Amino acid sequence: MAILGSAQLPAEASVPSRVSTAPVTKVSPRHSGLVRVTHWITTLCFFALLLTGIEIVISHPRFYWGETGTVLTKPLFQLPIPSSRRLVPTGYGYVLPDQNGWSRALHFEAAWIAVLTGLLYVISGLLTRHFRKDLVPSKADLSWRALLTSFAKPLRFERPSAAEASSYNVLQRLTYLFVIFVLFPLVIWSGLALSLGFASAFPWCVTLLGGRQSARTIHFFVSLALVLFLFVHLAMVCLAGFWSRTGAMITGRIGTRKEYT
Amino acid sequence: MINLSRRKLIVSGLAATAGASGLAVAARMAQKYGLVPPDYGGVYGLGETLTYASQRLLTRHSLAREFPRSRISPRPFPNELAPLTEDFKRLNAGGFADWRLSVDGMVAQPASFSIADLKSYPSRSHITELACEEGWSYIAEWIGVPLSHILNLVGVLSQARYIVYTSMEPDTWDSIDMADALHPQTFLCYAMNGKDLPVPHGGPLRMRLPRQIGYKNIKFITHLTVTDNLKRFGKGMGSAAAEAGYAWYTGI
Repeated sequence: MAILGSAQLPAEASVPSRVSTAPVTKVSPRHSGLVRVTHWITTLCFFALLLTGIEIVISHPRFYWGETGTVLTKPLFQLPIPSSRRLVPTGYGYVLPDQNGWSRALHFEAAWIAVLTGLLYVISGLLTRHFRKDLVPSKADLSWRALLTSFAKPLRFERPSAAEASSYNVLQRLTYLFVIFVLFPLVIWSGLALSLGFASAFPWCVTLLGGRQSARTIHFFVSLALVLFLFVHLAMVCLAGFWSRTGAMITGRIGTRKEYT
Repeated sequence: MINLSRRKLIVSGLAATAGASGLAVAARMAQKYGLVPPDYGGVYGLGETLTYASQRLLTRHSLAREFPRSRISPRPFPNELAPLTEDFKRLNAGGFADWRLSVDGMVAQPASFSIADLKSYPSRSHITELACEEGWSYIAEWIGVPLSHILNLVGVLSQARYIVYTSMEPDTWDSIDMADALHPQTFLCYAMNGKDLPVPHGGPLRMRLPRQIGYKNIKFITHLTVTDNLKRFGKGMGSAAAEAGYAWYTGI
């Protein structure tokens, strides 16, 4: 854990009121150890799932609605990309190499690790009141005015204020809650619905989504939403200071390295 | 600076020991209860094992979703077929009258069946979805004899743990555990949508496992071997697909 000389505390770091005047004081980290570890495991899994998901889609870049769909039926839409299967009509004169074997294996393995990590995060987040303390916005913040302000600031390339460096603004809070409690559960649900074994034990998980092919299409769009979140998340991290924020998620300390001994 | 107190060191040491021994016990139990797939090795073995073990615990007896007749896909897609062998063409020319399904291994009475023999047993059907690992799927009515019926006829020995099934296509074979082999929807399938199984769909005889992905539903079945150990087959990974990098268990 970070042990700081209070004299060296950077101006914008939040100093909890309980910090005493003792020369050496423990400052609670910007992100708890568990949040940091689960964040980076999830990051690794996310990239593995994204890469292998793209490879799997390449073998059939057509999407359908309802229960069934093959190259003999009309798709809802088709991605304008080449395919790794000869029988998929793509308009390209070549077929990409098949990568589905390892892609499927890594996709499911990464999904297992991501889901177990996510469970650990959510359970500990409830026990340590992480969600209520750090993510659920206060009533006062839930005004259109506050929302608009937090939305407009980054659009004007305004760096976050000192207070925001140690906590999240209302828009961040709502986005993180949406990703954690809506997008992740949806992507897991629609993914599990594609498992024939799982669906045999829990058929409602497919029927509620409108059928197997609907589940696959939903899985695709929720993944797209998660990729969009990743881009916005990275843009915000860059705006706030890439190294200080990334450092905070690694070491738990906020600020630039220079400010610490 | 990292400040490790003695208490922290002892607690994390104990936790690590408990975790490691817990894992060892879990591995022993998983072996004992048949929760470890034959392709458990390698970097993806963790994922394969977690999937297989959890699905065996959750879905051992569950039935694949069945559909009303009105939802049968008008044009079932047979996917790409490897060039047919000369032997196959010869049998096809004879209307598959000489097609044989032989059954051997850990059975009381090794036997061989013609398609007519298989059709003489009580036939069963289900209207289920065939889903390919690529992403597409269609619904068809599958008609055949439950694999369990044939296994009862030949008398499977109690030590049996897997059924290895081999295609007439070169280098095409796979295997299933007894939970799948005895599952009521697992068919040796000889007809589809009311007609003899067309050759592009694996006629005259195909393995039909509606709870597993298409590539496990191998076409042109000629041979079943009952065994207690998959190490004796090929590279010991349970299927030709697993040797080519595709998972053995495909309930996912």
